[in-house]
Amino acid sequence: MNNFKHIGKDFIPHDVVAKVTGTAKYAEDFRADGMVFCRLLTSPMPHARVKNIDAAAALKMEGVLGMLTADDIPAGPPGFAPSLAKEPMYVGEPILAVAALSEQAAEDAIAAIKIDYEPLPFTHDPLESLFPGGKDARGDGFNIGTLAGLPPGKIKWAAADFARVKQGEQLPMGKPAEEWNFGDVEAEFKKCKVVYEEPFVTASLAHHSMEPRSAMAYWQNGKCFVHASLQSQSFALPPLAQMLGLKPEEVVLIAEYCGGGFGSKGSAYPCMVIPAYMSKKIGKPVMMRISRAEEYYLGSARNAFQGNIKVGFDASGKLLAADVYVVQDSGAHISFWDYRAFGDALALVYQPNAMRWRGLPVFTNAPTRTAQRGPGQNQLACIMEPLVDRAARELKLDRVAIRQKNNPVNGSAGSPGPDGKRTVVPSAYLRDALDKGKAKFNWAERMKRSGQKNGPRVTGIGVGQAFHPSGFAGFDGLLCLKPDGKLYIHTGVGNLGTFSHSGTSRIAAEVLKIEWDNCVIERGDSRKNLPWNIGQFGSNTSYTMTRTNYVAAQDMLVKLKEIAAQDLGGKPDDYDVDGSKVFAKSGKSMTYADAAKRAIALGGKFDGHELPKDINPMTQASATALAGTGLIGVAKDNLPWTGQPSAFAACFIEIELDTETGMHRIVDLVSVADCGTVIHPMGLATQIKGGAVQGIGMATLERLVFDPQNGLPANVGLHQQKPPSYLDLPTEMFTDAVDKPDPSNPVGAKGIGEPLMGASASALLCAISDAMGGHVFNRTPVLPDMIVNHFAGRPQPRKPLSINTQ
Amino acid sequence: MSQPTAADAATGQAPGYSRREFIKRVIASGAAVSAAAYLYGGLTGCGRKGRAAGGVERLISLNVNGQVRRVDVLPNETLAMTLRYKLGLTGTKLGCDRGECGACTVVIDDVAYNSCSTLTHTVRTRKVLTIEGLAGPNGELHPVQKAFVEELSPQCGFCTPGQCMSAVALLKHNPKPTRDEARVAMSGNLCRCGAYDNYLNGVMRAAAEGGAA
Repeated sequence: MNNFKHIGKDFIPHDVVAKVTGTAKYAEDFRADGMVFCRLLTSPMPHARVKNIDAAAALKMEGVLGMLTADDIPAGPPGFAPSLAKEPMYVGEPILAVAALSEQAAEDAIAAIKIDYEPLPFTHDPLESLFPGGKDARGDGFNIGTLAGLPPGKIKWAAADFARVKQGEQLPMGKPAEEWNFGDVEAEFKKCKVVYEEPFVTASLAHHSMEPRSAMAYWQNGKCFVHASLQSQSFALPPLAQMLGLKPEEVVLIAEYCGGGFGSKGSAYPCMVIPAYMSKKIGKPVMMRISRAEEYYLGSARNAFQGNIKVGFDASGKLLAADVYVVQDSGAHISFWDYRAFGDALALVYQPNAMRWRGLPVFTNAPTRTAQRGPGQNQLACIMEPLVDRAARELKLDRVAIRQKNNPVNGSAGSPGPDGKRTVVPSAYLRDALDKGKAKFNWAERMKRSGQKNGPRVTGIGVGQAFHPSGFAGFDGLLCLKPDGKLYIHTGVGNLGTFSHSGTSRIAAEVLKIEWDNCVIERGDSRKNLPWNIGQFGSNTSYTMTRTNYVAAQDMLVKLKEIAAQDLGGKPDDYDVDGSKVFAKSGKSMTYADAAKRAIALGGKFDGHELPKDINPMTQASATALAGTGLIGVAKDNLPWTGQPSAFAACFIEIELDTETGMHRIVDLVSVADCGTVIHPMGLATQIKGGAVQGIGMATLERLVFDPQNGLPANVGLHQQKPPSYLDLPTEMFTDAVDKPDPSNPVGAKGIGEPLMGASASALLCAISDAMGGHVFNRTPVLPDMIVNHFAGRPQPRKPLSINTQ
Repeated sequence: MSQPTAADAATGQAPGYSRREFIKRVIASGAAVSAAAYLYGGLTGCGRKGRAAGGVERLISLNVNGQVRRVDVLPNETLAMTLRYKLGLTGTKLGCDRGECGACTVVIDDVAYNSCSTLTHTVRTRKVLTIEGLAGPNGELHPVQKAFVEELSPQCGFCTPGQCMSAVALLKHNPKPTRDEARVAMSGNLCRCGAYDNYLNGVMRAAAEGGAA
């Protein structure tokens, strides 16, 4: 498709006006007749067994309507976080909920409940749990496990593994849970000119969604209505129904707006069913407001790492070998596989000749963790990029050139899959992204300022890059062209705030060459006859949803031409479309409105009474509900899958580092995305900048801290956690995109969001390192006290492998 | 409805008619329709019903978005809760409920305040402007809202009402701020999506187009 009508053009998304006028409704903005409130009683201990709950007096208090405990909610699979816990495994884990006429009455009742706790051992250090006889986070005998492919299990290393290394300074590296390798790692290391082996730590940081995950639920006509804060719509419905013990069609999910998720609201999560169960029990609509402090308990955080990285480069800067070991601090319950993504990203982004990856996700008594923007890939960027600079410095190479020397290209291979075969990427234009950024940033000129001193301030120049897989296939598209001449684009994707629900819907408008004003997007409520779509996470929407909307539009296009040929004569191929008309060269034409009427008259496949067999039951049901209302375009995305679509990003940063205070100021930032064809330029620019902002937080501001003695969280407020504010940024930020199509997508699109964060985080770390004459901390975040200590020649208060520390 | 005097507001008495009659009127007139659904749950949903620590609710007058609203308010009730749960103005968001994030920002007598940290009783004689009061009578967007749309300032949108109100307050006092002045003025409003640059673009555009309106 050339000469696009919509693709690559800016537009005003339909939901942006609602956002600036306050009419956009988030979960806590809904009211239902008779609505009451519930509050949570959360664990004061990092690990305990609830032996007895005495709520007799509380339940008699004025305004109190009922209580929900773990016994009221069916338990999920082993290792997964429960909605309400009998054995809380972190401070803040919900134990019970009380509903009352007012929140205050619920709180008063909670204060009157007496719980008999049996305190249990706890740990905030995975290495402690791996030590033979060391404390475990869970009482069920499991100390390792992850979301997919690694069920809960137990691994203890040998005392000899620990004895071999300096405590706290080197990673013991006993038996891993998983590993892979390719090439001859030892032989390649022998060929290297420089080899670095470093222990490293990346801290956990909270997602800080601005909207705490409040939820409201009620039951009506045998259905459970749930207003929730979710990044995803259709994808979240089946797991939500399962948690409620219902069929998907028995749940109405309203998630039209989501006040930020960043991975933490990707699918249904345990606490969101509490108001639904409570509502069932007391027979009234229940609102559960989640406080900011509770959001730190229920809102997830990034997995933290303790690791060891060994990398070797030849004299030309080529990465020959890599050997990494990642111990993941997974929090209390089953979490995401960041530790795998760390290795996968290294294999793809730096293309070593040989590599070994070993990983181990260990439970600790921290709140449940899940994917956070670039889970694993962005930690890799933060650790690896400064080491690339170290090699460049030692080998006297340009820092952009050394990256480009190792960058993947179209068709490059990544890490080995379960079958041992290495995945390939259809497109990789990271080199182009670096070139574009280099030009826009004026790299050569800026490098002249590297290390320049101005009083106590030193200029640092940094470049960083990152990657994330960026697409899926196999989901459904559903469109309905109605007799009013409008194209109704049904999309089951969520509303993460990227406007991609609209950006990707425009592909249907593009194929059908219909004006955007004549398109209506149906989304955000499971009653709106939505197709089966994947969730809005993993930088996949632009890729996955352009495919589904493309195939549905192609289906509609074929039908439009068939209807025209039937009515106006000739063959379907004689016809084309544009301007809401299907027309032949002969001049005969039919409006879309008339075609929709004809489709209804013709019935069968045209108006949805006959449907493809391979679409998902959810799409089947939605299309059936629409049958007879217009011309239906519906199809499963069976387009070819030629490899793992992959998004890349590069970022360039100049800073001034104050060597006396350890503070830095970002002077300039340029970030460039390799996201395939640009669909929505303004939406892309704001994604690029937003990702960069989060990276700044990850690199230098944010981390979770736990008191090792009592297991208490030390920072459960925004001022203590320090997500970046206006004042942490340069006055203006600059963006660009490679804008080269990915060959595996019908419009050349691929994902965007996640690598932008890793690119800026690593660029900032590299800039700090540059200002420090090449010193590398092998840790995130890099905090001012670390910098001051370094310049003062003082030892750092943390050992290299200390985790969850101040 | 006659304009209540400061004395009426201070005594918590509605001018001219009883509290019971007032409630009947506002419900009948639809003036409180968005809050009416909430009445089923008890007016005290955000507080304790007339008991010791919370004290008792008093009927007061509030000037919100140019309208005088009569509402029962607890002594410890925050403006954010009054707006959201009693006046049906849910555009004002609660992000932290402790003055850290700015999502609940409203403009009181032309100054930006965190409504989560402002007691409703303290604004009885003042003019409160919320996100719902920005657009004109026929829905025409305020210059700040228009600029935020044109610059695609929001991402998830949750912090947007607060960002709007901070921008409105800024432009009231400094109609032509520099970008750095705007940055400082807006710095009480956190945005986890990181859309700061686009919000600043919006503020600068609104200023250029006479956003103090």
